[in-house]
Amino acid sequence: MKRRGIAWFAKEGLLKNNPVLVQLLGLCSVLAVSTTMTNALGMGAAATVVLICSNLLISLLRRLIPEQVRIAAYIVVISGFVTAVQLIIKAYLPAIDKSLGIFIPLIVVNCIVLARAEAFASKNGPVASILDGVFMGLGYTAALLCVSFIREFFGSGSLFGIKVLGESYPGILMLTMPAGAFLCLACVVAAVRYFSARKGDK
Amino acid sequence: MSITELLLLCFSAILAENFIFVKFMGVCPFLGVSGSIDTALSMGMAVTFVMSVASAATWTVYNYVLIPFKLEYLETIAFIIIIASLVQLIEMFMKKSFPPLYKALGIYLPLITTNCAVLGVALLNVQNNYNLLESVMYGFFAALGFTFALFVFAGVRQRLVLATPPKAFEGVPLSLVTAGLIAMAFSGFQGINLGGTGLFPFTLG
Repeated sequence: MKRRGIAWFAKEGLLKNNPVLVQLLGLCSVLAVSTTMTNALGMGAAATVVLICSNLLISLLRRLIPEQVRIAAYIVVISGFVTAVQLIIKAYLPAIDKSLGIFIPLIVVNCIVLARAEAFASKNGPVASILDGVFMGLGYTAALLCVSFIREFFGSGSLFGIKVLGESYPGILMLTMPAGAFLCLACVVAAVRYFSARKGDK
Repeated sequence: MSITELLLLCFSAILAENFIFVKFMGVCPFLGVSGSIDTALSMGMAVTFVMSVASAATWTVYNYVLIPFKLEYLETIAFIIIIASLVQLIEMFMKKSFPPLYKALGIYLPLITTNCAVLGVALLNVQNNYNLLESVMYGFFAALGFTFALFVFAGVRQRLVLATPPKAFEGVPLSLVTAGLIAMAFSGFQGINLGGTGLFPFTLG
């Protein structure tokens, strides 16, 4: 296996293979928690921690887990870490726990975590897997922040819950509703494709 | 819980609280398999079956195993293991007893384990303190709502094949736009929220 630097992982996770905007994984949570940037940051951080921990453990156990039951084993490992993260959030950040609600336990079935376990951690060493987890997590968080920025800024004229456009800004109600989530994500994905296609032309 | 309340629960699970368009659960398989009406219906049937059985199984385990031993905090792990093994069991059972059905649903079954709608319904049942009947009803009708969404979407998508969108919008972005438009229609159903307790417990801050 060739050695790869941090830059490679950063480029892969944040841009070239961004789990949300390019691989289109984990869309459920992106649509659901992108209502405010606070939610997005909380969810992104929770998922990143789970990704790093599960990638590390699965990479350490990769020679021990039998081929046939690997998916089940991965799910158990992931759900263990998700439960830990959930309890920590409940204890120290009850407000975040309340607004994210059921989407924290649903990180278990977030395709990104399982996909990284299967595609990367099960084939690579622990250090590489941690780096992969860090940057895939950051890529997920970045995509979430991007979508939630548009939805919160134009939808209610605020950022991280603080009004920035003044009280008189009426807000585009549709953007804060479910329909707005779909439309907003569609535009962001299309924009990413447009710019990466243009870059490829040159 | 009276019959009226039960009916309200069913209607809200299908329309006003539709899993895909309002709660965003199960969007991944929704975008993946809604290419044609046939596959959409097969997937919907498989999900409906698993979600109803899983609701009953997780409810039983939660109330008769986790609560007596004070292990409620393990619900996520317990539920996902139950769902995964249930899906495996159903797959084996169908392969042996109903080969034609297995052929129709076969490839979708393993996907259901990682469908967040199944785990989501199990967790919501616990959160809302539903009893066994309510849990199964909620699971069944939420899954019907999922199937309904899949069906409607597949119908629209079959026509989209003929459309010529800008290149960047081809494929998934166009599907997301379509889903957004359908979601707008579904938000109209919010109006029939008749305000029964415990029916609309889930709102995102």
